[in-house]
Amino acid sequence: MNVFCIGLSHHTANVATLEQFAGNATAESIVRQACCTEALLLTTCNRVEVYAVSDKRVSTDEITSCLMAKTNRNAHNYAPPFYRYEDSKCVQHLFRVASGLDSMVVGESEILGQAKKAYESARTSGAVGPYLHRLFQRAFRVAKQVRTHTDIARGAVSVGSVAVELAQRIFGKLSECKVLVLGAGETSERTARALVSRGVTDLRVSNRSLDRARELAQMVGGQTVCFDDWAAQCREIDILLTSTSSETLLLTHDILAPMLRERLDRPLFIIDIAVPRDVDPNVNEMEGVYLYDIDSIRAVAEQSLVLRRQQIAAAEAIIADHVVEFVDSISPGSSRMSQTTEHSSLGENALRASEL
Amino acid sequence: MDRYLLIASTICFLAAVVHTAVALRAGVFHPMRFNFFAIGLGFIFQTAFLSIRGHQLGRCPITNLFEVFIFLAWSVALIYILVGSAYRLSLMGAFTAPLVLLLQGFALIAPIDTRHRLNVPVNSWLEFHASISLVAYGAFALACIAGVMYLLQERQLKTHQLHSIFYHLPPLTNLFAAITRLLWCGFALYTVGIVSGFFTGHPLPRIQVVAAILLWLLYAAILQGRHLKWLAPTRVAALSVIGFSGALALLWGITFTAELHQVP
Repeated sequence: MNVFCIGLSHHTANVATLEQFAGNATAESIVRQACCTEALLLTTCNRVEVYAVSDKRVSTDEITSCLMAKTNRNAHNYAPPFYRYEDSKCVQHLFRVASGLDSMVVGESEILGQAKKAYESARTSGAVGPYLHRLFQRAFRVAKQVRTHTDIARGAVSVGSVAVELAQRIFGKLSECKVLVLGAGETSERTARALVSRGVTDLRVSNRSLDRARELAQMVGGQTVCFDDWAAQCREIDILLTSTSSETLLLTHDILAPMLRERLDRPLFIIDIAVPRDVDPNVNEMEGVYLYDIDSIRAVAEQSLVLRRQQIAAAEAIIADHVVEFVDSISPGSSRMSQTTEHSSLGENALRASEL
Repeated sequence: MDRYLLIASTICFLAAVVHTAVALRAGVFHPMRFNFFAIGLGFIFQTAFLSIRGHQLGRCPITNLFEVFIFLAWSVALIYILVGSAYRLSLMGAFTAPLVLLLQGFALIAPIDTRHRLNVPVNSWLEFHASISLVAYGAFALACIAGVMYLLQERQLKTHQLHSIFYHLPPLTNLFAAITRLLWCGFALYTVGIVSGFFTGHPLPRIQVVAAILLWLLYAAILQGRHLKWLAPTRVAALSVIGFSGALALLWGITFTAELHQVP
């Protein structure tokens, strides 16, 4: 029994190369064409990987040919940077991938969903058998354990998620927060959506173009505020998200100071993602005001990534334990294998059915 | 025997502190499990110690500085268990354990466990006054801890330098709500303590009375400023730290002068 992984990822190939191999094959076609006993195809924007089990060795070229089946290229003439992991290295690689350690943004959780989806797809088509089933179920368990026992997924790494995370650090539940979105650009829209997804219900949109404000308000379930009246809103809002194309500062210390006196016990979180900035940086010095511009948001994202990278060693240790345990459980000489064999002898089809 | 209980209790709080330090250093702090258990166990040992000591003395065990420190540490742990977990102030245990450890460690190491032959009969009003005031100090101590947490988080948010600890601190508004409630709780208990002091039938040292009333006025001013929204949350947090420092100084003064009076 030979378990292996052949693939390409952002570590070894650019997007153009990845595109060449994405969408040309299915797990079922790989089982059929490469004579594997089991196969699973994991395709994301950053990787194309085949996990397979075979009785005899299957060459990388054979898998490459399957992945290029619908293209005119010949795998023998074209040498893409495929990597290949076998046995315990393959197990370790999958555990790392599922845990987000191999991702472009370390610790991102999207890959776990994508791996589950790939597993479901292969299972439905019948390409996954008992071995890959156990391997992937263990991988999902490892990923969960890594996320629970380390801070690998801690901290936000995009503008929208940093804004949401900081807002939650200040206000706790966002359901009672009043948010004003000033400027209706694409980043505002994404950030507003992120806030709404975390429970914000009172969202107001103000823009020089009232039509665009209405459009965004409708999209995120908010209400429109006339652009001339936006400053007065600072008396009651908790979060101000601004991203206008104004060439001058819209919010200064002098404008905000009298309004802050009326709301001394409530913090005001300002996210200024406009370039040039809409809010005077000195506003951050005011009591109860937390101003984050695009640079500071990027710095926070970078700090989060540093924190995540510090967790890699702890995550690798968890993975290493699971790899040893898993390899031991499937190796022919192990007592666990004996149990598995015994279990299988009760009826492999029944086992398959119950497991799958 | 009773001292062993206290040592066991101190070891529990030390374990909570060490666990927190190691976890924070590794950046994998999961506070609710270990810390709450360690503090809970430490609290049980504290309670057993105070119970045994109380039976030995035949009165509330706050007869010397050593016992006062232990009673204060017990009050801090009690308020944490009652209030801290209710507000799910995740890292509060991490901040509470060092304070309790400091109080108990000092009490164990310093030669302050002097047994005096008390020539005053048991006075229930006096014992009620002293014990309720110490429980109030426990609430003020936790308000102080929440204040430190607030200031720490506020500083990180202002400077945009978010360290690992930032992600384990409760949200600012929740912390501020906790500070306010703890201050109200401590203030109510302290008011009862001061009022009951006038029913003891003993003439109290004037300086103690004045200092206690000044402390009461300080906390009253903080709460009034908070209620009327004159004080920003940052100032309330800072004042809760200052207030507890004053409370500790007053406690030290009261116990010190009381012991001086008892020395034959």
